[in-house]
Amino acid sequence: MSVQAPERPTTADYFPTEEEYVGLLGRRTRRATWFKLFCLGMLTIAVLALATLLYTIVNDSFGLVAVVNQNEPEDIVAGLGHDPETTTLGDLDYDELVGLLEANVSSGVGRRLEREQRFYEDRLVFEDEATWTEICSSDAPPTGCTAGPRDGANVLALVQERVVVPDVIASYELVPSMLDPEAFEAEVMAGFEAGRFPEYTADQAQFEWRAWFSPTFLMSPASATPEIAGIRTAILGSLWLVVITVLFAVPVGVGAAIYLVEFARPSRFNSFIQTNINNLAGVPSIIYGMLGLAILVRVLEPFTSGAIFTSGPAPSDNGRTILSAGITLGLLTLPVVIISAQEALKAVPDSLRQAGMALGATRWQTVRSQIIPVAMPGILTGTILAIARAVGETAPLILVGAASFITLDPTGPFSKFTALPIQIFQWTSFPQEEFRNLAAAASLALLILLLTLNAAAIVFRNRFSRRAE
Amino acid sequence: MSTDQTETTLRESLMKSPRPGETAIRGFLFICGAISIATTIGILYELGTESFLFFQSEEVSILEFMTDTFWQPQIGRFGIWPLILGTMLISVIAMLVAIPIGLASAIYLSEYASRRVRNFFKPILEILVGIPTVVYGFFALTFMTPLLRDVLGANVVGFFNILSAGIVVGILIVPLVSSLSEDALSAVPDSLRQAAYALGASKFEVSMRVVVPAALSGIAAGIVIAMSRAVGETMVVTLASGASPRNFTLGQDSFFGYILNPFQGAQAMTGYIAITASGDLSYNTIDYNSIFAIGLTLFFMTLGLNALSRRLVNRFRQAYE
Repeated sequence: MSVQAPERPTTADYFPTEEEYVGLLGRRTRRATWFKLFCLGMLTIAVLALATLLYTIVNDSFGLVAVVNQNEPEDIVAGLGHDPETTTLGDLDYDELVGLLEANVSSGVGRRLEREQRFYEDRLVFEDEATWTEICSSDAPPTGCTAGPRDGANVLALVQERVVVPDVIASYELVPSMLDPEAFEAEVMAGFEAGRFPEYTADQAQFEWRAWFSPTFLMSPASATPEIAGIRTAILGSLWLVVITVLFAVPVGVGAAIYLVEFARPSRFNSFIQTNINNLAGVPSIIYGMLGLAILVRVLEPFTSGAIFTSGPAPSDNGRTILSAGITLGLLTLPVVIISAQEALKAVPDSLRQAGMALGATRWQTVRSQIIPVAMPGILTGTILAIARAVGETAPLILVGAASFITLDPTGPFSKFTALPIQIFQWTSFPQEEFRNLAAAASLALLILLLTLNAAAIVFRNRFSRRAE
Repeated sequence: MSTDQTETTLRESLMKSPRPGETAIRGFLFICGAISIATTIGILYELGTESFLFFQSEEVSILEFMTDTFWQPQIGRFGIWPLILGTMLISVIAMLVAIPIGLASAIYLSEYASRRVRNFFKPILEILVGIPTVVYGFFALTFMTPLLRDVLGANVVGFFNILSAGIVVGILIVPLVSSLSEDALSAVPDSLRQAAYALGASKFEVSMRVVVPAALSGIAAGIVIAMSRAVGETMVVTLASGASPRNFTLGQDSFFGYILNPFQGAQAMTGYIAITASGDLSYNTIDYNSIFAIGLTLFFMTLGLNALSRRLVNRFRQAYE
């Protein structure tokens, strides 16, 4: 076979005919439109995800419940000679509440409560003086020996828990509760007929609106009974953590940023510090938790339990305290604070530094009086956002051993504590439906707290940046 | 000569002039910078020594840890693979969710959206970043899992399943993918776009054939960072994917029916650490040491991913400078 030169293409092969061209154009336009719609659709999915998440939380935070009380609050109030129409349990005074407990609670439970925290400064309700002195002088005295007396809210919660003993047997979500409240009652009644609630009869059940997220919820201490559980202990724990995290991370983080941006000459060691900070920012938070557990809780136990600060018994029997957790969160936040403060410092024009130096100021004088005031809004914004991230961290707190069940408010850096995210984690992992409502309400509280912090960041940014101009 | 000398002495005396305050502040600032190094040393030391104790104990050998496909501390079998399997399955599902949503959102925001549309969508994505992961865990358990069980059937999908965990972790890292990709896309010089438009390209062709390839290494770096975040994510995984490791025997267990089955639970590395630590954990037990060995593995996995991402970014920087 002889070799033939390939046939020379004609112009028609290079260029499409008009018909082909129009068809091609149409296809290209259609593809462009579909692609645009696809991208917009994906963005919408992201927004929908956020909307669904918020919807789920709000939906579970409110709604109808079916509740059975062992003792009706109205009967209790009437039994004390008050008018049940005008008086509620919350209106009773401290002595009446303690009296209710005395009358309704077994002496064993009463003694346990008193050992946890006593009711009166000057007298004992359930224990007798001799036993009390004996257990308080033993090797491991209970918390009631040292802590101050309970307050009204605390005793009211105890009365709710131990005397009224409400039991939410079923709960409904917000949206179905509003659209179709009868369906819930029908469902509960069907449940009674099917024998789902063998302990109660159908006429004991009361249907009522319940806002799981309410002022009472925010103010009540934690409890094993979901009906009366609140998050005061957790909120206080989280606030303590914020304080310690800020006290640790802000000076150290801003200091490190100033060193790296203003003082450090380019050297191997300084660029090693920089790389190291970037690497630390990518370490998972749970690893910081393990650092906290091994070093702060275990090795530095005398420090974190407060033992080296007192000659008497340590404020806490181990290192699983607010101080350990706060420093752990501080270490976790540190790289983020450093990086954002560095950005803010780098954004300050060099002319300010040169002007300061030209006037004969030392480096630190220049930094203190020229650079920091200008970089302030940026530093503050970055820091607040970093702290907001730390407030929501859960994994490190689990590792350093935030106790899940604490009913006493934290009193200082050496207290045992629980925090909002830990409380949400615990409640979410319980199977009962009521705890899911509690987890939703606590999530709502946490989101509101974070939103406040973020809003503060924005306000700071706007306020300071106007001043700097 | 004499003026020279005074100048030198003057300079010297100025340089030497004692400024104890200045030196002290400098020292303090240096210590602040060095604390970050102390943190790294602390992490490496504590993970290293506890892992060493773990491998020293008679019940476990480093070879078993790296090759065995059973994690059953009760009977003394410590193979890390079931936990890595759980982590990888969840991360892969998360990436399958996050890459299309995050990348397409970034392309839309950077190439198509008007200023007003951007100002509407960007804060929403930023809010998604700010939501604590434990809330996402709650969301996975109370919304995603019931939804999957309703749609796919409760007999197919277990109460704890990695699909739900993976999807929610994916949603959690969408903002990360989208913001890093958007940075990469907007770093592509406008001249490239203008050249492509001048050749008659449609917006789709400009985006997909010019801008995205030009920004590819930056986008890839963002995706790797997001992957590292997914691997280290704890709360969603602990709550939604269950507390039993998926032990398997290669060649014996069905590959798609069991080993890779997304509808059943599988404990991940972070999940194991969190669950073990939240129980009663006493020091110097095999359980206590085991979480550090897993932590060390996790640390190196995320470190490797972050290093890879930084290399990708450096390549991308070189392209247009």
